[in-house]
Amino acid sequence: MARKVTNTRKAVVTVIAWGIGLLIFFPILWTILMSFHAEGDAIKNPLEMLMSPWSFASYAEVQTRSNYSLHFFNSVVISVGSTILALIIAIPAAWAMAFVPGRRTKDLLMWMLSTKMMPAVGVLIPMYLGFKNIGLLDTRTGLVAVMTLINLPIVVWMLYTYFKEIPGEILEAARMDGASLRSEILYVLTPMAVPGIASTMLLNVILAWNEAFWTLQLTTHDAAPLTQFIASYSSPEGLFYAKLSAASTMAIAPILILGWFSQKQLVRGLTFGAVK
Amino acid sequence: MHMTLRALFGATAALTFAGMAAAATTEITVATVNNGDMIRMQGLMDDFYAKHPDIHVNWVTLEENVLRQKVTTDIATKGGQFDVLTIGTYEVPIWGKQGWLVSLDDLPADYKKDDLLPAIAGGLTVDGHLYASPFYGESSMVMYRKDLMDKAGLKMPDAPTWADIKKAADAMTDKAHEIYGICLRGKAGWGENMAFLTAMSNSFGAKWFDMKWHPQFDQKPWADTINFYLDLMKADGPPGASNNGFNENLALFQQGHCGMWIDATVAASFVTGKDSTVADKVGFALAPDNGLGKRGNWLWAWSLAIPAGSAKVEAAKTFIDWATNPDYLALVASKEGWANVPPGTRKSLYENPEYAKVPFAKMTLDSINSADPTHPTVDPVPYTGVQFVAIPEFQGFATETGQQFSAALAGTTSAADALKNSQELVTKAMTKAGYIK
Amino acid sequence: MATQHSRFAARLMVAPSVVLLFLWMIVPLVTTLYFSFINYNLLNPMQTGWAGFSNYFYFVTDQAFVQALWNTIAIVVGVLLITVVGGILLALLMDMPFWGQGIVRVFVIAPFFVMPTVSALVWKNMFMNPVNGMFAHIAKGLGLQPYDFLSQSPLLSIIVIVAWQWLPFATLILLTSLQSLDSEQQEAAEMDGASWLSRFIYLTVPHLTRAITVVILIQTIFLLSVFAEIFVTTNGGPGTASTTITYLVYVQSLLNYDVGGGSAGGIVAVILANIVAFFVMRMIGKNLDA
Repeated sequence: MARKVTNTRKAVVTVIAWGIGLLIFFPILWTILMSFHAEGDAIKNPLEMLMSPWSFASYAEVQTRSNYSLHFFNSVVISVGSTILALIIAIPAAWAMAFVPGRRTKDLLMWMLSTKMMPAVGVLIPMYLGFKNIGLLDTRTGLVAVMTLINLPIVVWMLYTYFKEIPGEILEAARMDGASLRSEILYVLTPMAVPGIASTMLLNVILAWNEAFWTLQLTTHDAAPLTQFIASYSSPEGLFYAKLSAASTMAIAPILILGWFSQKQLVRGLTFGAVK
Repeated sequence: MHMTLRALFGATAALTFAGMAAAATTEITVATVNNGDMIRMQGLMDDFYAKHPDIHVNWVTLEENVLRQKVTTDIATKGGQFDVLTIGTYEVPIWGKQGWLVSLDDLPADYKKDDLLPAIAGGLTVDGHLYASPFYGESSMVMYRKDLMDKAGLKMPDAPTWADIKKAADAMTDKAHEIYGICLRGKAGWGENMAFLTAMSNSFGAKWFDMKWHPQFDQKPWADTINFYLDLMKADGPPGASNNGFNENLALFQQGHCGMWIDATVAASFVTGKDSTVADKVGFALAPDNGLGKRGNWLWAWSLAIPAGSAKVEAAKTFIDWATNPDYLALVASKEGWANVPPGTRKSLYENPEYAKVPFAKMTLDSINSADPTHPTVDPVPYTGVQFVAIPEFQGFATETGQQFSAALAGTTSAADALKNSQELVTKAMTKAGYIK
Repeated sequence: MATQHSRFAARLMVAPSVVLLFLWMIVPLVTTLYFSFINYNLLNPMQTGWAGFSNYFYFVTDQAFVQALWNTIAIVVGVLLITVVGGILLALLMDMPFWGQGIVRVFVIAPFFVMPTVSALVWKNMFMNPVNGMFAHIAKGLGLQPYDFLSQSPLLSIIVIVAWQWLPFATLILLTSLQSLDSEQQEAAEMDGASWLSRFIYLTVPHLTRAITVVILIQTIFLLSVFAEIFVTTNGGPGTASTTITYLVYVQSLLNYDVGGGSAGGIVAVILANIVAFFVMRMIGKNLDA
């Protein structure tokens, strides 16, 4: 990188980038700000709202009304659990597709992705009946299973693209040294693929955390994640902007923080094989 | 990152398990709507636990549409996820008839079944069995701003006609100061704009079906209703009215943007409550009529019922008794004042001199008493229900009809087209369901 | 290279994924197919028996069907356009050196972490509400009449909300791709006097093609089933102005509780999705040596 960047140019870019960045982030920022104001102030015009005194009343009310820790715990179990399970199932498959590709590998991948196109609303009743019959309604196990299957195609595909980047010679060498298939995957491949696996994991935790149809429909109390927590604040009687903001902030904060801390990882890993 | 995650995981797990340690009791799951009176009940649970330490209640509080959909899915598939359901006067007769609800005839004597308002209890009774216990009952009425009426030099009669309403709305509207003469529901939904419009249409002599279950949107009374509604709202309504439901209008009224609002009687305690900027300026009147013998008010009761699939019927009955018994009203009154007592369920409440001091008490009772779900319309009809038709298919086609009228209000379609489309889609739905042979 | 043995092992390793996904696809599909041919209304147990193709007939002749089809396409295409074009511009911007890159990047990707329900609620109430929303306050501040987004242009509003959620995803993928661009080649072109525009068109865009394809593929899958945003904001209205095929299926199966009709709708949606999938994958196939 020998190109010189003048400071003026850098300053202009800085202003534009910050402007656009803040604009995109603004709805979230505004929600967070609103959550710290009283209900009556939240509907005032924006300047008046900012001037009004800070208040934690909405958080206090949300805290007393809802069992946040239970919903949070369920969200964590469901999103992390399903991601790990999906990884366990997908790693061997992605390995095989990447290193022993058959004639139909590509079709197989595309078919896997196409299973995601079934509209969930259309199959709710059959699913609900099925879940009831095997006793999985309102269980974390049931939700983990569903979320695993929903995200499996994406996981397989992401891993496949990472594995393909790994030069085959390394595996050949390992095989020459007499490594078994298992140890080849475990000790040679996996360490090399850790960045890819990590970002796959991140993306899927995010997708599972934010999934709002099955998680809402198949749970009632015991396994209900944060999506249900939100549904109890979405349009109550009376003024609700501040409470809704507080509940929203509480629901998105964990994943937002996780995302921010692992931002570099996500940026590096989210390629889907798009980088050559 | 992994460490943080694991630490978080551990901490929450510990929290949850600590919370569950005390649960050697019967746990019941109660599904309820996130309305003010239900939220208040959740804050009063200490009283219940003091009286019934062996029962623990798991609340599932949801927004109305989500609640209705989840509860319906569960009861229709006999999923057995809930022990107590919060449902309305639309569901109770249909579900009771299907045998999906547990009869509440054997509640303890101090429940005082005879004390329930007859209009309300009637709507929750099927073939002589009470299938749900009313938590609060409501009709609809006119809420208006006394100060704005004075300013306009008008006086609101206790029993206004639609012409009175139109005149008052025109006089109060001051768009430059964001004051809109009338706020009415426009958001599509059988429980939103169609509840209002159906009740309103009754006072115009309209009906959903004739005795042979043929839809009546192609008849003049419906056209009159819709045209009057649209004219009124276009001249004097707030912007974005086609997205306004109960909550949106409540917020508008509380902030002083509405001259009049015709909606649920329970709103009275909100518009005169602490969040309201116009609390001391609100007057009440009966829902309007057109001199045809029916007023445009509805009848509804959010009620507690037990699904037939529940394995904990006894605990569920204990809870329902606690929540809807006269003692509960006294409990709320002692903690939060009489104005916040769940209204519209018991005669004794309206005979109580303390409650009579509440400004909207009498108008609420009069409104409830003037609604007749068994004879809702001017002409005879084959159905019951004031602002709904008590058949299972209603919520589907009424919501689609609601979309049509919502679009007419938004101006994206004409009144004539909305009526024509409604007629078509209801005819189709009724044919599919086998009512029209 | 691959031996018979390793081929067998490979099949074995792919098997769990394939079997699970196959079951996940076939079980609901077969049940749905079955239900779509019978009279089955959850709320009305009296209605039973074979329905033939009547469920399909009622679904396809629904007043809203044709519009729903167009709306679905409009949402997919609209969001793809915004996110791809916006994503390229944003990625180019993020790739330039400036102060506070890390923080700005965090701002830009944040919407991707927000639950669809939450973002729909926030946009609807805090921003697009014509009385209390931010935009209404701004319009009033400027002395203008507030615009009622969700009733006057419901579809566009939904497209904006959904695009806001997916823009970070597109930006991220395009940015990663951009960063792998061969800078020597860039510099060589610059030395040869190629303008910024021609460098962009002849070097950057071809390099980004793969990434763009990936963005289109992944997003199409998610966009075809957009539901929460519509359910929360407009309920498919006013009228049927923002009803999509997915929403129409919802109306049938969870509002009417007409499992038969809803299933027929589900099958129609699957067929349509597969037509789309066929074209998208065709296109992808050329660009992705997957």
